[in-house]
Parts: sequence; C-alpha cells; structure tokens
Amino acid sequence: MLDAIAKGTAAPDESVDLQAEFEASNIDEVMDKLDRELVGLKPIKTRIREIAALLLVDRLRRKFGLTSGAPTLHMNFTGNPGTGKTTVALRMAEILHRLGYVREGHMVAVTRDDLVGQYVGHTAPKTREVIKRAMGGVLFIDEAYYLYKPENERDYGQESIEILLQCMENNRDDLVVILAGYKNKMDRFFDSNPGMRSRIAHHLDFPDYGVSELKSIAEIMLGEQNYRLSEAAAKALEEYLPIRMRLPHFSNARSVRNGLDRARLRQANRLFASRNRVLTKTDLITIEESDIRGSRVFAEGKLEGEPETKAR
Amino acid sequence: MMTNPGNKVTQGQFSFLPDLTDEQISAQIKYALKNHWAVSVEYTDDPHPRNTYWEMYGNPMFDLKDPAGILLEVNNCRNALPNMYVRVTAFDSTKGWEAPRMSFIVNRPPNEPGFRLLRQERDGRSQGYSIVPYATDRPEGERS
Repeated sequence: MLDAIAKGTAAPDESVDLQAEFEASNIDEVMDKLDRELVGLKPIKTRIREIAALLLVDRLRRKFGLTSGAPTLHMNFTGNPGTGKTTVALRMAEILHRLGYVREGHMVAVTRDDLVGQYVGHTAPKTREVIKRAMGGVLFIDEAYYLYKPENERDYGQESIEILLQCMENNRDDLVVILAGYKNKMDRFFDSNPGMRSRIAHHLDFPDYGVSELKSIAEIMLGEQNYRLSEAAAKALEEYLPIRMRLPHFSNARSVRNGLDRARLRQANRLFASRNRVLTKTDLITIEESDIRGSRVFAEGKLEGEPETKAR
Repeated sequence: MMTNPGNKVTQGQFSFLPDLTDEQISAQIKYALKNHWAVSVEYTDDPHPRNTYWEMYGNPMFDLKDPAGILLEVNNCRNALPNMYVRVTAFDSTKGWEAPRMSFIVNRPPNEPGFRLLRQERDGRSQGYSIVPYATDRPEGERS
C-alpha cells in the first residue's frame, strides 16, 4: 500500500498517517529547538507552525494525486532592531528544508550592496548571480527598504526589484525570498512597490520583548558562553533592563548582548585587579552584581530624570 | 562509410547518447556541485575538435548549491543562441587537477553539416590530411 501511496495512486478511501508523516519529517525537532532557543515571539511561532502544517498536509494530498500547486512562501519580516528577524530566517530555511519545500536549505543573506550595481548594466547580472546562489534555499534581504530610494529616480535599486519580482514569480519552486526591515520603512517600501506586496504571502511582525523575555534571553546568551549570573547580579539585571529599555537606541536582544559583553569586560577587569589571589572556576564563570551595576545605564538612566531606582 | 549517421558532433561526455533532458542535465550538474566544481556555460559555432576554448555565456558560477541556477543559464543560452553548440563545463580548482572535470554538450544546431576532409600534397608524394567543419565556411559574422 505504501508503494501505491508513494506513486500518488492511493485509493480515495485509503488512509494516510499524518502522525507518521510528521515524525518522518523531523520537524518536531526543529520546532522544539525554535521554542527552546527563541524566547517569546508567539505570533511568529504560530505562523511557522501553520506553514509547517500546510506543507505537511500538502505532502499527504500529493499522495492522493491531489495537486494544489506549491504555496508561495515569500515572507516579509518587520520589527524593531534586535527582535530576531535574522535568527528566525535562518531557522526558516532549515524548517522548509525538512519539509521538502526547498531542496538545499541554505540561506544567502544579502543587503542592498550585494544586489545593486554601481553603473548602468551592472545591477542585473549582480542580482541574478545572488538569486542563482540562493536557489534551492532562502534568499534573505536585510534592510530591504534600502533597495528603493525614491529621492533618486535614476537609482538602480528599482531594476534590482524588478528582477527579484520576476524570479519570485517564475522560480517559485526554486527559492524563497524573505525581506526584513523596520516596520514603518518597510510599509513605505511596499507602498511604492505594490507588486512586491502582492507577491509576498506572509507578513510577519516581530513584537518587542518584555522585561522577563529579555531576562531569559540574557540567561540563554550567558549559558551559551559558559557564564552565569550570581543571585544579586540577576536582580541587578532585572533593574538594568527596564532602564535600558527606556533609553534611546534600545535594540532588544542586541542591546542585551552588548550589555552582557560589557559586563564580561568588567568581570575580567575585576578578576584582573584581584590577581594576587587564586581564582577558582566559579570565579571565572560568575558575573557579580558589581559587573552589572558598573554599567553607565544606571547613571544615565537617572541623569535623564528617570525615577530613582531602589538599587544603590 | 557513415559510422555516425546523424552527423552528430561527438565531443565530451554523453555525446553518443540521445540529447539529455533537463532533469538529466540537472542531475549531472548536481554531481559537479557536490564535488565543489565551478560550473559554467559555454558556446561556439565551430565544432572542430581542436577548438578547445569556447566563448563563455555569462560569468562562471561559484558558490552555487542548487543546479536550478545553472539550468536557468543553460536555457537562457539555448534561447539566445539556438544555432550554436552549447556545453556545460565543470572546473575543478583542486591543486593537481586544475582542469575541467566534466564537459558535455547541451545544445546543438538543428542542422549539423559535419566536416570536410582536406588532402594536402606533400613532398615525396606523401599525403597530409585535416578536417574543416562546414559550419565555419562563411566568415564569423555571417554564420548561422
């Protein structure tokens, strides 16, 4: 019977096992990894689950010879800086590969520079080359709104967009295009390129993280680098985050990473200052309260007339 | 005395077989990519066996993972130059090889006129032989 199913000749009343198909695709593993490593991002995860379900059901339908055409999976990720757009895109390539939607499952990440040429006739081959490299995988265009510069009507970005559109339509089976950028700029980009908007089926908006989510992100980041927070430091971090979030140029997980990197610097400096004593492994992996408290954020947060934090 | 009745030029791989389909070409390219060879598309209108260097169609394609991109170029080249010979070459840059590892024709002109045999009288009644493709009878700009 399995043979018959594989050939798309399964009889209408024969049954196929969705569970077995699900397990065979190993998709569970990727999803778990997604849940584990990416904090929050509820709407994104839901959408990825939906896409995974659709592809899986599609595969079963094909076994009965029901054709429905490959769904378009070009996506648009909008969200503030540091909300995980690139990370999710990378994961998306893996998921689509597991589901057999893309053949190779690699991701080619490009920006305007890689697509748009410097002189007449340079753009088309450059864009085509990138597209060819991305075939069988995912083409991730970061800061995609830069492609279109309305203030310069002779800008070559438009040419690049047109080639992209053509490939997104004609080579739908060969590659998935994911655009990413900040919400308002992407909206403006789509307003001036309606063709682009209509060819993208999934518009995903990445929400900002809350304090508790940022804290779990910090813990995961530290865990990956074999550090841990002392209890007091964890408390300090909890106070640090809301202040940092109110400061300008806050970019979610990226700011957290930078903050932690600076805390590591201070930790190293502190250990170095006390080099006359013997260090243990615990000393090396523990980030103390003072390492977090040393941050300029505590001072600056207050300078800007923020309410006094409890910590002293 | 026709050992090759279709007058098909037989050069490179698979040239005694019927023309490859797109899937077969993809499969061959996939093998080349798996071995990290740089695949390129070349064309010429001169099928002389000693004509080693054909013109390149577009740039050589590095860092590709999937044959679809190359097949796209192959088809572009076929459409642009339907009356030329088109071949796919896979170059191996590994030290010690540094040579094409695969090469096969993917497009032929609809009509392949074959080769003329040239005889040359030499000293002492000896004969020299060479071949000239009929395809190159006319000057380069006026062919096809």
